Amino acid sequence: MNQRVVIDPITRIEGHLRIEVEVDEQNVIQKAWASSTLWRGIEVILKGRTPMDVGLLVQRICGVCTFSHYRCGTEAVENALGLEIPVNAKYLRSLMMSALHYHDHLVHFYHLHALDWVDVVSALSADPAKAAQIATRYTAEPIAAGEGDLRAVQKRVQGFVDKGRLGPFANAYWGNKTYRFTPEQNLIALSHYMKGLEIQRVAAEMMAIFGGKQPHPQSVVVGGMTSIRDLLSPARLQEWKTKHDVVRDFIKRAYHADILMAAEAFGDEASVLGGVNVHNFICTNEFYGADGKHLYHQGVIHDGDLSKVEDVNPDLVAEDVTHSWYRADKPQHPYEGTTIPQYTDYVERDTVYGKLPTLDNEGKYSWVKSPRYNGKPMEVGPLACLLVNYARGNEKVVDAIDSFLKETGLPLEALYTTLGRTAARMIETEILADECDKIFDALVTNLGSDDTLYVKPNIDPNKEYIGHSFIEAPRGMLSHWVRIKNGVVENYQAVVPTTWNAGPKDANGNIGPYEASLLGLKLEDPKKPLEVLRIIHSFDPCMACSVHMMDYKGQSLGEFRVGPSAA
Amino acid sequence: METHAALFEQGRKRLDALRQMPPRQQESLTDRMLELGITRRDFMKWSASITALLALPLPFSSLVAEAAELADRVPLVWLHMAECTGCSESLTRADTPDLDTLIFDHISLEYHETLMAAAGWQAEENLEHAMEKYHGNYLLAVEGAVPTKNGGTFLKVGAKGKTGLEVVKEAAEGAAAIISVGTCSSFGGVQAAAPNPTGAKGVHAVIDRTVINLGGCPPSEKNIVGTLMYFVMFGRLPALDMFNRPKWAYGARVHDNCERRGHFDSGEFVEEFSDDAAKDGYCLYKVGCKGPYTYNNCPTERFNAHVSWPVLAGHGCIGCSEPNFWDDMADFEKPLGRQLLHGIDASADAVGGVILGAAAVGIAAHAVASVFANSKED
Repeated sequence: MNQRVVIDPITRIEGHLRIEVEVDEQNVIQKAWASSTLWRGIEVILKGRTPMDVGLLVQRICGVCTFSHYRCGTEAVENALGLEIPVNAKYLRSLMMSALHYHDHLVHFYHLHALDWVDVVSALSADPAKAAQIATRYTAEPIAAGEGDLRAVQKRVQGFVDKGRLGPFANAYWGNKTYRFTPEQNLIALSHYMKGLEIQRVAAEMMAIFGGKQPHPQSVVVGGMTSIRDLLSPARLQEWKTKHDVVRDFIKRAYHADILMAAEAFGDEASVLGGVNVHNFICTNEFYGADGKHLYHQGVIHDGDLSKVEDVNPDLVAEDVTHSWYRADKPQHPYEGTTIPQYTDYVERDTVYGKLPTLDNEGKYSWVKSPRYNGKPMEVGPLACLLVNYARGNEKVVDAIDSFLKETGLPLEALYTTLGRTAARMIETEILADECDKIFDALVTNLGSDDTLYVKPNIDPNKEYIGHSFIEAPRGMLSHWVRIKNGVVENYQAVVPTTWNAGPKDANGNIGPYEASLLGLKLEDPKKPLEVLRIIHSFDPCMACSVHMMDYKGQSLGEFRVGPSAA
Repeated sequence: METHAALFEQGRKRLDALRQMPPRQQESLTDRMLELGITRRDFMKWSASITALLALPLPFSSLVAEAAELADRVPLVWLHMAECTGCSESLTRADTPDLDTLIFDHISLEYHETLMAAAGWQAEENLEHAMEKYHGNYLLAVEGAVPTKNGGTFLKVGAKGKTGLEVVKEAAEGAAAIISVGTCSSFGGVQAAAPNPTGAKGVHAVIDRTVINLGGCPPSEKNIVGTLMYFVMFGRLPALDMFNRPKWAYGARVHDNCERRGHFDSGEFVEEFSDDAAKDGYCLYKVGCKGPYTYNNCPTERFNAHVSWPVLAGHGCIGCSEPNFWDDMADFEKPLGRQLLHGIDASADAVGGVILGAAAVGIAAHAVASVFANSKED
């Protein structure tokens, strides 16, 4: 008989995510459902506000990818107003975006995802001297992986364990058989977990130099940027560059090496060799660079066919709410969407933990909508970005992927896995780290003859405006869509990376990337579903983002009275 | 000074009491610092800086140091409600790397969804275990507002399908003290901006307890860590302002300590972002700075290891540590001057409203006078 497993909260993510799966007698997942359990209604709040405040407000969608919505919202308004911002502002936004990618990807890998791969308890039995030797297998110059460093880390964690007080490491799934690192490898990764805490601060500081603070920087405005004093200060520019060097060093000497180590250790671990079951990928242009071109290019791939890449057509985006807690007749384009919340409660049933309230998977079960491109579900994120650019023959991407495959001895197909998704994030980061100096140099060169950073926008209250913006956020393709009327926001919507990946089933029964990724996965112990966490974390969930803005078309949601069991 | 002497005495008693409690860790902090390569001198320097941050006289730094050594006896439960995780992110930016890692290790972090290794059923067990075992003794930090409409069903947490409202009420019941980290849990924040579709409220509005409010979107890492340390040292809440914000952090207006204040007084204003006046660091009041109405230590402490703060980056303060700032301070790029703040509620807040409102009028008059005094306008 099939059994239901409820996993809530999914921890080590942004926001509130519930996963439920049904396993057969062999503990193989037959069905899976993903649900976001929070709705904040920010869409309603934007109505009637000045377009100049949009960026700051939508920024509060997410404090993790804190720059993404700020920039995308501001650029949607710029697009609506037909504003061309100064090239210095474009460069600065690229530099801030790069800081975000470094920060987000490092924190994701080392502090959110790592504990799915690294058995902290096992690291205690490692031989630090041997581990230091092993570290040199993955890079000639390991960081925080000398014998002394490793011994200190081990001693520190041993302290935790001896006292029986594991703090944030308590009651986890240590000892699970799908942890494949040797004790020495676990110790190396644990040391990088600690070192990563320090490096992520530096990456955040990179953004704060031009943004005033991080999270939630405050220097992007419709028409350009405000941080002119930082831009024109040689000391500040060098501060950025120095911090960038520190972060890049860690990316190369730790992040890259640790992914190689994971590829080796987990190369035959079945639970990470699936997990990519929606084979459609989409991404957009990102990192405005030195030659006025972008580092990564937009495109769509269908059915995993790398021989054909289509251009992204914004008209083909639509959202379905059949199984989401909203009411609508049919899939809607972002400019035409509505949001009418229609909450229906959980259904009680037997689970591996006894009777529990569970998702009503026949009805509505998530605050996330289901975006579709030409009716099809799409995976977004670093893997999608790299595959599209590989297929397009983007030289930097082709070189990086080919070299990674050579280093690991893996075939191209290995990218279509949980392991590949996690590796893609690192490769995307490393390509960026190599490119970023050129963006910085281009900025400096341009400053020699031009220090314009802002053009004043003008909104005619008698005109109507419509605009959108696409950016490649750390978790994938993000788009914001805005209508402006009477000088204020008339309508606003964001179609967010995690929405693409985490959305529920659509009207045609197509399932999205999260739910699809879990099918066929065998669990060691359904009551301790580490394998599920590892796959879901490989997408880097960001739930507050995913439950996003929609049109309100004059609806005052404050007046809605939806009973807990109303259908 | 008498007050300080009494406070010092209370801190001393509190630490003595803590020392009597059975230790959760056998190894002393001194040993652990040695392991981590942190010298006693580094530690004392850090203690002095925290003391200064708390606006206490230097002799208190010995208390800070002792409190840090005893801090592992305070379990911390950190809940996420309707939020964006920006406050947790801010916490991880704490600036003296070795030492903040130490604090991270040292306070017993029983539950924190972003950082904990356990998930699902096991995560919930950790929460229940902490609430039971440390009943009456744990610190509760809440990030995010509490949705209250439709029975609170806009947020559910955990396998048992409890609403956020239920979870907060249960956790608050056994907490020794409650800290709302950030403007959302303090005052409702962005989701409570008009028309507040989910009925989002600050924690203090849904429970019957005193709550420390750390305003800010997000608050700086120092304001979070400093507040935790205050509780550890004195076993009570710090002196609070009328919005229950610790005075040591929120006691002064942003405007009063602003690096551009001299330009305000001289009537030298930025007219347009990144213009020539902006290059010279003139005052941002006319492009919307809300520093005159905002209480926080941003100009002195800055963010991200003192790297910067919004005014240095050429953007006005948006008033993010004040209640209802999304509505009261919008539109952010225009001067406020003319409005009365917080005067709309016929509640206790109205008192503050009158005070702030009067200040607002004064500021406007000052600014206008300055502008006219300076014939720079063309």
